[in-house]
Amino acid sequence: MSLPTASDAQVTMTDGHSVVLRLENLSVVFKITKERITSLKEYAIKRIRRQVVHEDFWALRNVNVEIREGEVFGIVGRNGAGKSTLLKVIARVLRPTHGRVWVRGHVAPLLEMGAGFHIELTGRENVYLYGSLLGFSRTQMDEKLERIVDFAELWDFIDAPLRTYSTGMVTRLGFAIATDVKPDVLIVDEILGVGDEAFQRKSRERMLGFCEQGATVILVTHNSELMQSMCERAMWLDRGEMKMIGPADEVAAAYHAASL
Amino acid sequence: MSDVPVYDSAARPPAAIEELLEAWRYRNLIMEFIRRDIVTRYKRSALGVVWTMLNPLGTMLIMMVVFYQLFHVTTPKYPIYVLVGLIVWNFFAQSTGAAPQTLLWSHTLVHKVYMPRTVFALVAVGGGIVNLLLSFVPLALVMLVLKIPPTMPLLFVPIAIVLLCMFTLGVGLLLSAVVAFFPDVLDIYSILLTAWLYVSAIFYPYDIIPISYRWWFFNLNPIYHLVLLFRDPLYYGNWPSPGHIATATFVSVTTLVAGWIIFARRADELAYRI
Repeated sequence: MSLPTASDAQVTMTDGHSVVLRLENLSVVFKITKERITSLKEYAIKRIRRQVVHEDFWALRNVNVEIREGEVFGIVGRNGAGKSTLLKVIARVLRPTHGRVWVRGHVAPLLEMGAGFHIELTGRENVYLYGSLLGFSRTQMDEKLERIVDFAELWDFIDAPLRTYSTGMVTRLGFAIATDVKPDVLIVDEILGVGDEAFQRKSRERMLGFCEQGATVILVTHNSELMQSMCERAMWLDRGEMKMIGPADEVAAAYHAASL
Repeated sequence: MSDVPVYDSAARPPAAIEELLEAWRYRNLIMEFIRRDIVTRYKRSALGVVWTMLNPLGTMLIMMVVFYQLFHVTTPKYPIYVLVGLIVWNFFAQSTGAAPQTLLWSHTLVHKVYMPRTVFALVAVGGGIVNLLLSFVPLALVMLVLKIPPTMPLLFVPIAIVLLCMFTLGVGLLLSAVVAFFPDVLDIYSILLTAWLYVSAIFYPYDIIPISYRWWFFNLNPIYHLVLLFRDPLYYGNWPSPGHIATATFVSVTTLVAGWIIFARRADELAYRI
């Protein structure tokens, strides 16, 4: 982690909101072999026969965007457009091949279906496990536990192993942990559709509450209606390139028209 | 604003240094993962932790029958000899195998959240240390039964454990770096481990190997040097010789540094390789 440098002088914009996320000429290129080579034997044989052909696949090409504090920013696009790759770059899971990512603050990804959970452990133990993934210690999680279980409405099951939970329960627990404390940047990837209606409403309210307190939400979806109702600005990604960026309703309308 | 973390992909320290700083920052996660592995391992078994202690004892008994009855070994205190060898070997074999395995099993996590990727090898070795310490309990019991008095050189054992861990972590990282790209290497490694076990004088007396082969078997074998660091205090009741300690330290430190650097440089690619 480097300390803020001279470039931070640019981050305060004219309207007083500061930039929390900036992507500059961002490109991600995967080197893929034409056929997938998964064993050393295969690799050695093909290498000798000079059959290893690498091909560049541009998952993202030249993406430029600045996202401000408190903004709900939407990303739409078809499957394979590069949405997930973009989220991974922001969440630091992938490194950009070219260009630059700059993020200020804690980034909290919502793990779908509780990727950070272990099914043999109890709900309570999983709270600590997931918490440590988000960078919290056991003592810090002790303080949060009650609020988390309250929000997830899981007091009756908290000491049962996770394998006895339903999908909805796991998602509720995951959402409750990831959003217990306002993160600076919350990444939401097509997840709000899970859980019953009451819980969906509750989680939507919590997200909007975060925005009022200055958190930034990056919402990725196929659903242009959902995006229109929640986001101010949006970006349309198509085959790794930015096709459009602007007010959410305009982007949603254009995307909707194009996919008809 | 000073306590707000800033991530800038354009301002990164060298990969190995960054990985080291991040591994320290994520120490809670490492402890939590080790706890998870131990809890889940024993959750559904009634005897729980006792298995970890019974395992080397059982193997020791088998080896005693085989070597006393079939090969008529005359090694004094042979049970201690074989038990020390097995404890060291089991730790090494299990932890190095678990390092790439944990990484592969955690692919869903690696795709979603950032964490230093060395976490998985560190967790594998950390879990191994817990087992290693537990297996000293049966060793102490056998020593008690055979009426072997504790000696001063036992104080060297913690240092031997540190060196063994460094070597094991280094091998685990090297293996993880390769396995992420070529999963079949894990199968090759398990065969290699069997061969390695047989040339390391773990369960047979080292002098059954003809003198002309000994140099190849033992001097070039890092695990044999490390086993000796344990056998000297625990079995022979001696302090290891300074030259020997120096060799083992050199091998362990070199392996760890090489493993760490090579793995850290590959770590970025892991998210789309596994």
